[in-house]
Amino acid sequence: MNRQARLQAAGDVLPLMGNEAIARGAWEAGVKVAAAYPGTPSTEILESLARYPATDLYAEWSTNEKVALDVAIGAALSGVRAIACMKHVGLNVASDSLMSQSYIGAHAGLVLVVCDDPGIHSSQNEQDTRLFARFAGVPVLEPSDAQEACDFTRLAFELSEAFDTPVIVRSTTRLSHTRSVVRVGERVVPPSKGFVDAPGKTVTIPANARRLHPKLIAREAKLAAWFETSPLTRWEKGDRRFGVVTGSTAYLYVKEVAPRASILKLGAAYPLPEETIRAFAASVDRLLVVEELEPVLETAIRAMGLPAEGKAFFPRLGELSPELVRAGLAAAGLMEAAPAAIPLGIEPMARPPVLCAGCPHTGAYLALRGIEARVAGDIGCYTLAAVEPLRSIDTTVCMGASIGNAVGMAATGEKKPVVATIGDSTFLHSGIPPLIDAVYNQANITVVILDNAITAMTGGQDHPGTGRTLRGEPAPKVDYEAICRAVGVDWVRRVDPYDVGHMYQTLREAIVHKGVSVVISERPCVLDPVKIKGAPLAVAQEGCVACQSCMNLGCPALTWADGLYDGRHKVKIDAAACIGCTLCAQVCPSDCIQPMALA
Amino acid sequence: MSAEPQTAMEAAAGAVSPARNVMVVGVGGQGVLMISKALALIGQTQGLQVKQSEVHGMAKRGGVVFSHVRFGEEVWSPTIAKGEADALIALEWAEGLRWIEHLRPETGVFIADTRRIVPPFACRSRRHGAPMAYARETPAEALEKVGEGYALDATAIATGLGEPRAANTVLLGVLSISMDAPVADWLAVLDALTPQKSRAINLEAFKAGRAWAEAARDDPSLRFDAGFAERVAYADAPDVSVALDINAAWCKGCDICVKLCPERCLALDAQQVAYLKEPQACTGCRVCEWLCPDFAIAVRTTVHDARTA
Ligand SMILES: Cc1ncc(C[n+]2csc(CCOP(=O)(O)OP(=O)(O)O)c2C)c(N)n1
Ligand code: SF4
Ligand code: SF4
Ligand code: SF4
Ligand code: SF4
Repeated sequence: MNRQARLQAAGDVLPLMGNEAIARGAWEAGVKVAAAYPGTPSTEILESLARYPATDLYAEWSTNEKVALDVAIGAALSGVRAIACMKHVGLNVASDSLMSQSYIGAHAGLVLVVCDDPGIHSSQNEQDTRLFARFAGVPVLEPSDAQEACDFTRLAFELSEAFDTPVIVRSTTRLSHTRSVVRVGERVVPPSKGFVDAPGKTVTIPANARRLHPKLIAREAKLAAWFETSPLTRWEKGDRRFGVVTGSTAYLYVKEVAPRASILKLGAAYPLPEETIRAFAASVDRLLVVEELEPVLETAIRAMGLPAEGKAFFPRLGELSPELVRAGLAAAGLMEAAPAAIPLGIEPMARPPVLCAGCPHTGAYLALRGIEARVAGDIGCYTLAAVEPLRSIDTTVCMGASIGNAVGMAATGEKKPVVATIGDSTFLHSGIPPLIDAVYNQANITVVILDNAITAMTGGQDHPGTGRTLRGEPAPKVDYEAICRAVGVDWVRRVDPYDVGHMYQTLREAIVHKGVSVVISERPCVLDPVKIKGAPLAVAQEGCVACQSCMNLGCPALTWADGLYDGRHKVKIDAAACIGCTLCAQVCPSDCIQPMALA
Repeated sequence: MSAEPQTAMEAAAGAVSPARNVMVVGVGGQGVLMISKALALIGQTQGLQVKQSEVHGMAKRGGVVFSHVRFGEEVWSPTIAKGEADALIALEWAEGLRWIEHLRPETGVFIADTRRIVPPFACRSRRHGAPMAYARETPAEALEKVGEGYALDATAIATGLGEPRAANTVLLGVLSISMDAPVADWLAVLDALTPQKSRAINLEAFKAGRAWAEAARDDPSLRFDAGFAERVAYADAPDVSVALDINAAWCKGCDICVKLCPERCLALDAQQVAYLKEPQACTGCRVCEWLCPDFAIAVRTTVHDARTA
């Protein structure tokens, strides 16, 4: 049976990753429109949804998270269930829409899946989405495993319609990327509700917004009352000496280390079922709160006047683990500490992530490093050029920040040339308004658009510049040069970053141009959508003078050979890893890097 | 507070038998995920609850990948606590060493491929005699630190079968001797997980790993790859100091040495004459001497070495 067929079978028990389970739950709930911008750890949700037939649902990669949420809102207001998915920082981008839509409500089910990244495995921060839910006044459900991910997502649509509110389902890296078995159900598509047709509700002019706000507050109270009796709130009676309020994957860690403890598992972190929490607190001698990241539950429970203890024992930073929960319970005097591990005296070797062998970004940053510019960077694979050996990026704030940052740097009269570097997907996500700003305000900056024809960092997703949709169908392709010219950039060049000399020369010209200049670096990613592998090069050992020039590329195919020259390591190329981009040969002063046959 | 910690702890202790914990580690692209999936499926065929959790955020870009697989009658946490892994499978030597402390002391089983994937980071210090910053422990040393250990050149075994990438399946074969599942179940799982064209080789690789492990279990002297030490070459070169003589009168400020110095330690001064801006970074590689069109640079190296002095 192929995978798709397996996913169709109701009543089956399937091993699913958290993200696949969320997709399954949405599909079962009859979702008709799904939109997302990729971002670890949320990316697989839309990829999984897109594996269901196009006749079941419409699914798109949106240009950014705000667009994704707006698409879902439009669909929900038109009467069908809709979902938008993003990583935690994506909600910052989409927050403007969320804050207003919270006033408007939902009409048909409107679910927003947000995946947090405690521990910062692959992000720029570890913000806690539960705070956002509180801010926007929308409920946030917190599944703890794949089964709940499926069930809670399905339920989120019901809640959204019953209470006329957007609902957030919050996942975390751990949940999104853990596989466990899920009993799946049928797909039930509710009939379309038709367009909402209530301008007093869907047009947020001040007069309407003033009427909608009190409704939002009343909705919060109704939701809180519903959570009092909902199965989402689960009181597991146990040892009465201490009780733990918890949710999300933190619940699993508590069960792992203290399976007999009294537990109040909250399926929703906001709004809270106050009566149940009070009754639970009264039933135990000590009240603990175990939650990952911010003390959201703890603060709210303390505000009820209850003596909750939490962050005094459990960290506010990073990801929780059974070890940390055990250590916290031990610090609280409720358990014995785990025996200290016996150190084996092995120092772990550093293995930071690197750009792939033959990555097109390498040539662009190698040339840029020679320019000695002030470089505002952005987010993508190329952020790795911020560290040695390429070390040619000064700042990385968040997606789309580079060009605006560069305008600001140039405005201070910075002596060095000011350059912004931005990936193709990032440019389309949020790089165009700042480019217009730069042109409009006549900033003296150079923008390098790194067009590798894919969203690489997140695993190779299509975008409006790749000519393919999420479902792999042909699509119109953005022309970056035309965009730049259309917004008023008159100096635009397209360069192949595999030609380091040409790239360097072009950058030299670009920085002396007064005003905004744009260099488009064009070369496909070697990993996605197809793995590119050319004929590998080799180092003729007798010619290598061990100068280490080639090692400045940071190419993982280059390592030290056993031989030495003048006491320094000669270099060799791992033929299996080398893709033959020739960058190393271009920088070698002794011409000893040659095609395999010649070396 | 009325809680008696001891009593609370007794009441909190679980009754179900503990879950089996296996960690699979390696670097991006090595097939950590395939092994984890196979283990999860094996757990399922034995009628157990299974959780499999991985971190693969930056995996593609040569970073560290690790996966936790837990199975048992009741499995809560998706992750394995430090010191509680029953087995550790490492697809790369230094990665095995990185996670070795996650094994249960005394009883944990350590299974590692001795193949090295040297990251560019390990070749960072480039002076005379600089050592490669790769893990130094040899298989014999590592095996002394664990309850039961197997360190083999799985990549060589897999290459011998015609597919180096089947090294992960060789290691799975080694693991299989310390687990209860019957061989037929393992082969069925591999059959379901591997693509048609590499299926036969993967089944062979599994059997080869299992055969190697059965022999090694009976004869501990076979448990490590004895050829390993020869393959680890560390430079043992003399201590050398470097100085640069730059003839200011001959330098015309062309910038060539500045741009091409691999250590980026040269600069032009206010008079547009090259100078050694960061002497501590200079490795004495002579690139500047060779490339200067006006012969303005001479590199002088002095050897201080007890053995040669
Ligand atoms: C607001 C926001 N959304 C999503 C992400 C996740 N993310 C990080 S980099 C990236 C895409 C980078 O693509 P591109 O700019 O084309 O660079 P590449 O990785 O291809 O080099 C994404 C989606 C993020 N960090 N912030
Ligand atoms: S995935 Fe593509 S863009 Fe990213 S490092 Fe590899 S080659 Fe470069
Ligand atoms: S040609 Fe050189 S730089 Fe390019 S992938 Fe091969 S070893 Fe790396
Ligand atoms: S650049 Fe050429 S000479 Fe220098 S270390 Fe590399 S291969 Fe050897
Ligand atoms: S010898 Fe010259 S090129 Fe080499 S590191 Fe020293 S200054 Fe740079």
